[in-house]
Amino acid sequence: MAAGRTLAEKIIARAAGRPGVRAGEIATCAVDLAFAHDSSGPRRWKPLLEELGLSLWDPAKVVLASDHYVPAVDADSAAILKLTRDFARDQGVARFFDMQGIAHTLLPQNGLLKPGMFVAGGDSHSPHGGAFGCFIAGYGATDMAAIVATGETWVLVPETDRVVWSGAFQDGVVAKDVMLMLCRALGMDNAFKVIEYAGPTIDAMAMDERMTLTNMSAELGYDTGLIAPDETTLAHIRAHGGAVEDDALSWRSDDDADFAATYHFDASKLSPQVAAPHSPANADSVRAHAGVKIDQAYIGACVGAKLEDLRMAARVLQGRKVAAGVRLLVAPASTHIAAQAAKEGVLETLMSAGAHLMPSGCGACAGMGAGLLAAGETCISTTNRNFKGRMGHNESDVWLASPYTVAASAVAGVIVDPREMLGAAARDAA
Amino acid sequence: MAERLREGRAWAFGDRIDTDVLAPGSLMKLAPRELAAHCLAAVRPDFADRVRDGDVLVAGEAFGVGSSREQAAVSLKLLGVQAVLAKSFARIFYRNAFNLGLPALRLPADAVIADGDRLAIDYRAGRVDNLTRGTAIAVSPIPANLLAIVEAGGLMAYLKQRGAAQ
Repeated sequence: MAAGRTLAEKIIARAAGRPGVRAGEIATCAVDLAFAHDSSGPRRWKPLLEELGLSLWDPAKVVLASDHYVPAVDADSAAILKLTRDFARDQGVARFFDMQGIAHTLLPQNGLLKPGMFVAGGDSHSPHGGAFGCFIAGYGATDMAAIVATGETWVLVPETDRVVWSGAFQDGVVAKDVMLMLCRALGMDNAFKVIEYAGPTIDAMAMDERMTLTNMSAELGYDTGLIAPDETTLAHIRAHGGAVEDDALSWRSDDDADFAATYHFDASKLSPQVAAPHSPANADSVRAHAGVKIDQAYIGACVGAKLEDLRMAARVLQGRKVAAGVRLLVAPASTHIAAQAAKEGVLETLMSAGAHLMPSGCGACAGMGAGLLAAGETCISTTNRNFKGRMGHNESDVWLASPYTVAASAVAGVIVDPREMLGAAARDAA
Repeated sequence: MAERLREGRAWAFGDRIDTDVLAPGSLMKLAPRELAAHCLAAVRPDFADRVRDGDVLVAGEAFGVGSSREQAAVSLKLLGVQAVLAKSFARIFYRNAFNLGLPALRLPADAVIADGDRLAIDYRAGRVDNLTRGTAIAVSPIPANLLAIVEAGGLMAYLKQRGAAQ
């Protein structure tokens, strides 16, 4: 009997208008939604579209966000932003989110993703939205220009690796720790495959945490990451103004699907993780690196400055101060998140502890915004990449960690296990 | 484009050469040629100065890992690199390379190519001759859809051809 289908195969078959596809085939898919930002989008698309003599195939299916060069810091970045705004206006892109936050955050925040969609993004962290059960992958500028001109693209139908998590996390251990550990366990060389996250631990996660998993599927090198939708997914979409079809929950891998590999993990055994410079794959337990002195702590990026992430940082920073000689920068992933955090008192907690509030956008994570590092400086960051030179000078060091670990390290002035500042330990110390 | 590339000189790199090393994020506002002058500088400061037209980049696993920024592949192209050979590629870089008319070929794990080796590449036949060492290396064939794109000179040229044919 033929094996069942994976979620990725089902979505690709639907988008390709074919009864079924199998891993290894090449399919041409109609794109349901295409998005890009000010760095990868209009400034690269415009000359290519002119070369082709084409305009956007369907402006209603294109989403643009200015997030990399915001706010402008010089005439060059201002020119890139102006070009983006002019393009959105001239091409009739109604869903242009100007300086409202990071593209990956704005899609689910506006209810634009739903299970079964085939989405193309002009950014490598496009898998972020895979938490909603859509096939959402990143593409370079020429691919994206062709996609927004024609509405279609080719895909090599990927195999699916499945990771199944059971058990409950210890307090202070979160989705970010899962992904850092997986970067070490699975490596970063998983191209032309997808990863699907499943199991009771995932079922219990809020959408913000699920998005951390799918976001950092990019670091693992997978085409995208997927989580089958459940009631948590549908409730999030509806709460953000999205429509959900009756059959939305049918977008899941068959039980007898042919997974390339299945890995089982016990969440209760995971400890807080850090990734040492200069690769996410250099992950290890925080305790193995405790005591490394830091100059900067950064809470930002699509993966690390969602509302849940800011709440985690606030839980640690409540009643505490950032260590002397350390700067803590917080760049909420969207202006909406910043407003929510303000309403809840989260921002007040962070700023009372000494945090600096930064604009919503990709900021220092992409090496384009404010908060960059000098030679010899060390930063611990909630972001997803610590490649050499990414956040400033080639001779600076970036450590990746969860919001709990970053906030705790900001207080200690050195890398520290956040469990020492949470729960019983925190009460004893207070 | 000819299916047999002209002889080229190898530049050998290790595993996980990432997009920030190929095209630094902090310099992305620069014009493509200025940005290319910083290509690989973080790991090999003299690369952009010394690479010559027709040279071949050789690397280990997960070449081009990281960002979707096409400038990573654009920079190599502008510096005259005529092909990238690696044990494996990050997916977005792999697509970007073909879209720009830059063939990306997968090397077997045991392939031996050192800095400065002279290479002759026949990508249609899936064969790389290491002329310095007198060895022949079988590389994975390019999928048919990408062969069409690279032989047109890249995705834009391919789409224009296809548009003209319709």
